[in-house]
Amino acid sequence: MSSVFSPRMLRSLLPPLSLAALLIAIFWLQPRTMSYFGLNLLLNLAVPIALATIAQMFILCVNELDLSIGAFVSLVACITATWLHDTPLLGILALAALIGVYALLGALIHLRNLPSIVVTLGMSFVWLGLAVLVLPTPGGKAPEYIRWLMTLKPAVVPFPIIACIALALVVHVALMRSAYGAILRGAGGNPRSLERAGWSILKIKMIMFALAGFFGVLSGMALVGLTTSADANIALRYTLLSIAGVILGGGEFVGGRVSPIGAVIGAVTLALAGSFLSFLRLNPDWQIGAQGAILIIVLALRVLISRAEKRT
Amino acid sequence: MSGAASILRQPWLWAWIGAFAVWLATAVFTGGRGSGEVLSAAMTFGAFFVIVGLGQMFVITLGPGNVDLSIPACMTLSATVAMKTMDGQAAMIPVGLAIALGIGAVVGCVNYALIRLLRIPPIIATLSSSFIFQSAAIWWNRGLRVKPPEPLADFTTAKIAGIPVIALAVIVLAVLGHILLARTVFGRSVVAIGQNMRAAHLAGVKVERIRALTYIMCATLAGLCGFLLAGFSGGAALNMGEEYLLSSIAVVVIGGTSVAGGFANVPGLWGAALFLFLLVTMLNTFGAGAGVRLVLTGIIIIGVIVAASGGTRKT
Repeated sequence: MSSVFSPRMLRSLLPPLSLAALLIAIFWLQPRTMSYFGLNLLLNLAVPIALATIAQMFILCVNELDLSIGAFVSLVACITATWLHDTPLLGILALAALIGVYALLGALIHLRNLPSIVVTLGMSFVWLGLAVLVLPTPGGKAPEYIRWLMTLKPAVVPFPIIACIALALVVHVALMRSAYGAILRGAGGNPRSLERAGWSILKIKMIMFALAGFFGVLSGMALVGLTTSADANIALRYTLLSIAGVILGGGEFVGGRVSPIGAVIGAVTLALAGSFLSFLRLNPDWQIGAQGAILIIVLALRVLISRAEKRT
Repeated sequence: MSGAASILRQPWLWAWIGAFAVWLATAVFTGGRGSGEVLSAAMTFGAFFVIVGLGQMFVITLGPGNVDLSIPACMTLSATVAMKTMDGQAAMIPVGLAIALGIGAVVGCVNYALIRLLRIPPIIATLSSSFIFQSAAIWWNRGLRVKPPEPLADFTTAKIAGIPVIALAVIVLAVLGHILLARTVFGRSVVAIGQNMRAAHLAGVKVERIRALTYIMCATLAGLCGFLLAGFSGGAALNMGEEYLLSSIAVVVIGGTSVAGGFANVPGLWGAALFLFLLVTMLNTFGAGAGVRLVLTGIIIIGVIVAASGGTRKT
């Protein structure tokens, strides 16, 4: 079973292969995208989506689901474009408090054994309401340094590619290669044995939720850096995109089986799917639908692969 | 055990108490003016919540992980296609209704097929399929708002002695739902699966068939709700289903149905639906802006869920 085409290998290759297939299709349809400038444009918006997907991955890793991340990213974007720009100290405090709220949510969900879907659906109302309060009408202004960072033009490799690779590697090393990362993932895999070994599941859930909040904050800041202004509904679709991204990247829904590198690849794939469709001159109405279809196709491929795995 | 004590233990009681308290607070604030109209409006809007809540309740009762997230997309798709087909003609209403219900049934079949064939959790299956249904709805009418046939609009807004006809119809539907849940093999099987899927299977319950029927029923009810809501609000809008994602789940949970599955009740649906609507009305009457209203709605829903699930922690 040392063949490159063993089912296990195929499964881990599925996310990068889907991304490669999509990229080749885009290059073929629109050769002009095969340049520094083209890639920059194509992948710009993938950065905040990738960050939100990583946030969702932390939640999925402990067998929960966050249906509020889109509203949360919107709120962060609104705060970034207003308070962080006008009164940086207040902005930083507010964003730190938001991360704290995320940690508390993790504690609440764990202690009261609540279904995370319901709690986070409720929280999505809270985030959206706060966003409307902070920024009632679209507007605001991105802080200069974020704007500067997001429009960096490094030599040779476009910034979005560097950012995505760096993000994937940092989270991969921290979560998949470190000892404490294994403990964190264990909370999704077998919480009971972890608890018997003396680790506090409560603490782990709070850490994972806080990490999700942290990356949600980064996502909102990155988004405002690109769009320069914000509105309360700016990132609502991120909720669905982030879940889809984690799954596309090979994450499982239970058992703490996630892949940071895969999640980033999944997010980029979804971000590119939109451009692909517009190059195909397909009806823009089908944009969301195509993302659903891609998700279903990849999941179907995965089922086929694991069937083959059983047979060998 | 005395009668009063057994009533106090009913899981649906708290939703009704909450609804009454919120209504009373509003009535006191306005000095009793318009509280009858508020109640009538609550019954109309509550009726829509109950229709989708009923389907969602059966799905959630199937056990952990079972939830239908495609309800909003299904409502929008059924409503847009039905409205466009009817094109405002009264004679086409039966056709339109059949189309709405038919689309719902197809949506349910697709959802279940995805769950079964791809062996993925229902949350992800219904989420990904809802993308496609939503796109289909956008594509079908390109955002045009087709007026509903007059008799349909009249039916959804008619009142008998101050009570909305649609609320009466949905009360009948809820009674049927209660009988289905408590008195039929299907309903008992759903509860059994929710309590222990393996035990239910060993006891001879046809688990997969029941699950399929439950998802199909849920989506069909969503189709019906979309149809009626479009009739009520003067046509189908692409975002018409939006608030029903949270509402359908919140109504079920606040109504005292266990989110972990295996335990359901219908009366709570009505109590929770009235509570949700009256809550928003109360915040409106108090002069809260959109932002404050959203925040408070979210916090109160979470608060109720935290309170309702107290003591049910099973590890």
